[in-house]
Amino acid sequence: MQKELLLGVEAIGQGAIDGGISGVYAYPGTPSTEITEYIQGNGQAKEKGIRSNWSANEKTAYEAALGMSYAGKRSMVCMKHVGLNVAADAFINSAITGVNGGLLITVADDPSMHSSQNEQDSRFYGKFAMIPILEPSNQQEAYDMTRYGLQLSEETGLPVMLRITTRLAHSRAGIVRREITGENELHLPEDPTQFILIPAIARKRYKILLEKQKLLNQLTDNSKYNFFKPGKDRNPGIIACGIAYNYLMENFDSGNFPLLKISQYPVPESLIAKLVESCDEILVLEEGYPFVEEIVKGLLNKNMKIKGRLNGALPRDGELNPDIVANALGKKVSSGPAVPDLVVGRPPALCKGCGHRDMFNALIEAMKKYSGERVFSDIGCYALGVLPPFQCIYSCVDMGASVTMAKGAADAGLSPSVAVIGDSTFTHSGITGLLDAVNDNVNIVVIISDNESVSMTGGQDSSATGKIESICAGVGVDPSHIKVFIPLPKNHDLMVQAIEEELDYEGVSVIVFRRECVQTASRKRRKINS
Amino acid sequence: MKTDIILAGVGGQGILTIASILGQAAINENLFLKQAETHGMSQRGGAVVSHLRISDIEIASDLIPEGTADIILSVEPMEALRYLPYLSDAGYIVTNTTPFLNIPNYPDLDKILSEIRNQPRFVAIDAEKIAKKIGNHRASNMVMLGAASPFIHIESSKIEEGIKRIFDRKGDAIVELNLNAYKAGRQFALENIN
Repeated sequence: MQKELLLGVEAIGQGAIDGGISGVYAYPGTPSTEITEYIQGNGQAKEKGIRSNWSANEKTAYEAALGMSYAGKRSMVCMKHVGLNVAADAFINSAITGVNGGLLITVADDPSMHSSQNEQDSRFYGKFAMIPILEPSNQQEAYDMTRYGLQLSEETGLPVMLRITTRLAHSRAGIVRREITGENELHLPEDPTQFILIPAIARKRYKILLEKQKLLNQLTDNSKYNFFKPGKDRNPGIIACGIAYNYLMENFDSGNFPLLKISQYPVPESLIAKLVESCDEILVLEEGYPFVEEIVKGLLNKNMKIKGRLNGALPRDGELNPDIVANALGKKVSSGPAVPDLVVGRPPALCKGCGHRDMFNALIEAMKKYSGERVFSDIGCYALGVLPPFQCIYSCVDMGASVTMAKGAADAGLSPSVAVIGDSTFTHSGITGLLDAVNDNVNIVVIISDNESVSMTGGQDSSATGKIESICAGVGVDPSHIKVFIPLPKNHDLMVQAIEEELDYEGVSVIVFRRECVQTASRKRRKINS
Repeated sequence: MKTDIILAGVGGQGILTIASILGQAAINENLFLKQAETHGMSQRGGAVVSHLRISDIEIASDLIPEGTADIILSVEPMEALRYLPYLSDAGYIVTNTTPFLNIPNYPDLDKILSEIRNQPRFVAIDAEKIAKKIGNHRASNMVMLGAASPFIHIESSKIEEGIKRIFDRKGDAIVELNLNAYKAGRQFALENIN
């Protein structure tokens, strides 16, 4: 069969289509975005009418996917690792309700923080929720395990997590597709109380979840994605999880060590017992936190040495690569020539002609008469306002935090304070914070730098487009303090004046600077021309 | 038989087009391929790199180990130097000599070019100039692909088929332009291997 060249994320998208989903729900976030984009652009998905528009945030996406599962159909929800924090309430509780149609949660972690604020390991969330976790090691497994995950979800009656990391997400390889599974018919849960988590029912549902753990352990011990391979060399026995398995194979394709590959969790305890019997010490290779390493330490009663991220055999932070794994195996890495001293860093920057640039230029001038660092910002391209030549923002924490942190700082006396937030970040998680600010009537200026797309992730449609002023007025901002400008150099003085006036106003103001993202605009032009 | 390529450049320069042509050619030849890309924040004018591995046996790691790359193919001269630790003893640097100036502290270009010329095996090529001569400076990435082609274990004609396939949608004139750019780059490399 002809192989198709797909990114790991695209393989997951194709796996979900072929695995019979009726809908995918997501908010864009690197490195997960292209899963949903792939489904949106796929002819087969269009023909089947698979639902795939962007959601306002990960929580709304998750709940809608759960609703589709309630109605008996298969669904997938995709997000980056920090997106699961946003969806966590729905996520944890969906393990208690269980599912009806198969529900797959695809989470893309970003160790080394290529495009993220932290490198949290989603496997902890999976364990916390007590659901099965799948961690493919290559693109073919990503495709196969997406299909398997949907099936496993229906088999166990639980949501299933598919965890990948940046390298697998954004690496391409040839994959072979399998037969296509049809979509489920609409059918409601057999037990109409299944999804009602009032305490009396939740207690029962929780006991059901606890009882299912035995089944999950059996499934993981017998999973075809987990295997134990005996070896004569007793030092060390190796556990390799997910993509770490590839880095191990790169270094030791014919090694004679006992090996346990883990791609399905909870950890396969019977296979770990086999490994323990056949070696004197254990090396754990895993992408992310020392998740398996900690569990293995807890499982062992004897004083067996366990090497990994905790004991320093591997770095405690950052993603793995073949060289780090070679080092941990005691293999010599012979690097090429050193990087000459004259090579300088090339950090990302706002594009030429970007409206955020004009917004920052005006803001910097308007803030001149105020002392101290009082501009709070958010997640998006405008976080680059921290770098030269602007260097004018002082926070970037989580989606929507600019509005609420500015409010809290103003409460504390840093008044006026300013929030700089993008359009889609505002509708993702900024609206409720603005409501808090209005209810407390604090002196903050919220600058919504509206480029009418989700730009950092590649220009996806923004839920905010065409709605911002009415949303702000709707939560109670005085319409005379909602202003709109086109951020262009020729409007600089007008923009500065408006910011100054609103800083003087004792209350909540919103200034919208609206001009389409230059990348999105040029993509549209190219599309029209071709 | 394997070719491990570090593809380097600046976000927005289009190194992924080069990667997708080689990927297409490799798959059509039933070769194994892995290609790790940079997406996200760095695509906004930051340094970007793609690890491209082609082999007739299965490939384990998506990333190339240090000291083993057969080629550093860079569409920007300073970016070629950034990845030197990946280059194997027998590896080639194939780099564009036109700098991409989007930072205030870009080093002296002559010093960068002399660092490149100090390396034992390299092809340094002014891809923009050659592309312009052929008809459009935007074909410079195909000049670079052509310049690297003598070191890649895929028949040149198969790479040309990859180019045809990738640019097919854009019409015959664009296909022709890119094929000519590729051939000119290849010709230059064959005449100027250092």
